[in-house]
Amino acid sequence: MKRILATAIALALGAAGFAGSTHASPLPAGWTCTPALCGAPQGKPIVEHLLPPPEVPPPITRRYPATVIVNLEAKEVVGKLADGVKYDFYTFDGTVPGPMIRVRVGDTVEIRLKNAHSDHMPHNIDLHAVMGVGGGAANSIVIPGHEAAFAFKALHAGLYVYHCAMAPAAVHIANGMYGAILVEPADGLPKVDKEFYVMQGEFYTKGAYMQPGLQPLDMTKLLDEQPTYVVFNGRVGSLTGEHALRAKEGQTVRFFFSNGGPNLTSSFHMIGGIWNTVWPWGGSNEDHNVQTISVPPGGSTIADMKLVVPGTFMLVDHAAVRMFNKGALGQLVVSGPEQPDLYRRLWNKPFPPSGTSPAPAAASSTH
Amino acid sequence: MPRVPTIVLLTLLLAQVACAGGAPRFVPVSGGRFVSSLLDGTRTVTVRVAPFAMMEEPVTEAQFAAFVRHHPRWQRGRITPLFAGPQYLAGWRTPTDPGDAGAARRPVTGVSWFAARAYCDSLHAELPNWYQWEYAAAADATHHDARADTARRNAILAALMHATGQRPGLIGRRPANLYGLRDLNRLIWEWVGDVGALFPEADGDLGSAGSGSVLRLCGGAALAFRDPSDYALAERVAALSMLAPTDASPFVGFRCVRNPGANP
Repeated sequence: MKRILATAIALALGAAGFAGSTHASPLPAGWTCTPALCGAPQGKPIVEHLLPPPEVPPPITRRYPATVIVNLEAKEVVGKLADGVKYDFYTFDGTVPGPMIRVRVGDTVEIRLKNAHSDHMPHNIDLHAVMGVGGGAANSIVIPGHEAAFAFKALHAGLYVYHCAMAPAAVHIANGMYGAILVEPADGLPKVDKEFYVMQGEFYTKGAYMQPGLQPLDMTKLLDEQPTYVVFNGRVGSLTGEHALRAKEGQTVRFFFSNGGPNLTSSFHMIGGIWNTVWPWGGSNEDHNVQTISVPPGGSTIADMKLVVPGTFMLVDHAAVRMFNKGALGQLVVSGPEQPDLYRRLWNKPFPPSGTSPAPAAASSTH
Repeated sequence: MPRVPTIVLLTLLLAQVACAGGAPRFVPVSGGRFVSSLLDGTRTVTVRVAPFAMMEEPVTEAQFAAFVRHHPRWQRGRITPLFAGPQYLAGWRTPTDPGDAGAARRPVTGVSWFAARAYCDSLHAELPNWYQWEYAAAADATHHDARADTARRNAILAALMHATGQRPGLIGRRPANLYGLRDLNRLIWEWVGDVGALFPEADGDLGSAGSGSVLRLCGGAALAFRDPSDYALAERVAALSMLAPTDASPFVGFRCVRNPGANP
């Protein structure tokens, strides 16, 4: 085992060296394992405290590699897709998305997956944070009433998608079986005031958008990649009204935003905001002053914004039909005093149609 | 027809059904040339299915209860662990009583492959092989092979999804297919005799069911099916091929087949 580990670390180091010498944007320190960062796990194994979305586990203050145990349960549940609309979801831990997992680069992560006794299907988990065939899928297939476990070393920091990969994977993902895992760089991410966890996903129902009742999956729509719903966190309205996200003016907020898909690329945007700092692909590259972030199915982004004016800000997939007609809408309510120097209303009044005599006060042009 | 005789007639009919619940009825399935939905590696498999007789319905809880009463070594608590895990008939009230008012019309589930095989053996029958099951299940009320019917596929997948969190429904709520077989596609998963070899290139070792096909069922699963868009079938194959023969799932039942000439 130690030899395998040493080989893995050497390989990772080799990759880091290569990137450092030839890539335009060198790999920043702490984002990929080095022997100094990623030795044998220390201390007692830590059992990850999992929270439902949009909650984010707290930043990791630990500065050494540990063993982190993650207990997940595959659950098939009937849940709410929209007001009056129900759906047979496939989930991790009963929510869409499943809970966000947060570990540190160099940690040894032990995934323990149970499949609920009441489930019908076998399930498994493929984490994109894994360097290994199938991302863990082959080692985690569980039939209902069984459990399986596997371990991997988190060699590369970033925000990654996890999902069920059981055949037919498109169905399991279309039913909501995905989540995100953050592998923090060694020194953590820059501190922010608030963190949120949002995942986009599509649902393909037999009934039209908002048609009430228990809606079965429409296989034809799925095959044609023509979803009925495109939503954040598993349902229409998960982040609006009483469920809206909240922050204060002056705070910097961070979105851990991933896309479960299964098929559509998201154009993640906040109406009335510019992302100050973005890790566009959820990896180490940083970008700034970004309006809309393209997030592919099975991909992620980390996006920070300092909130400078108050109001209700809409989070959307900017592919406009999805926000207006399919549910891809969330709200961030920012409280605080108005900032007229930054943003204010000037006027809104009638103006005369063309061809009428100009108002007497209007200045005549000499040009 | 006056009301009272109708009720009498109905009662008689119900009594007959209850009787039939005691002795499973086999119906003939004409054989034929059949292209399996499963690939052998990358090759399409065409099989010539010989005529056989198949139980018109899945084995019911009542039928299986009668079997374990007559063959106590297949009762929960008595069965050797070699033949069934701890979930064997775990939902039953007692080792011989399902404790279900609908037992006569509910398919038995929670039975291991070994127990299912023993039941069929007691009727001088056997579990269908995959191709027999697939051939029988391909038919709808009017076609021998309705697999390409997208609306039907959609409905089957929807029915399987709708079952989320519920026990299997009752037998006979839907019309029989053209052989007279009921409830092959939408109610439960059914054991097949060669479940350990569902993927022909797998090692076929029943003791390690699924192990040879594990990767085919993840990202590569699309490579295993002749028509990867037949999701309902993919769900079924995935569910079955992951089972070890000692596993007992609350959604896996079975029915038996035998030689078409055999007497009841």
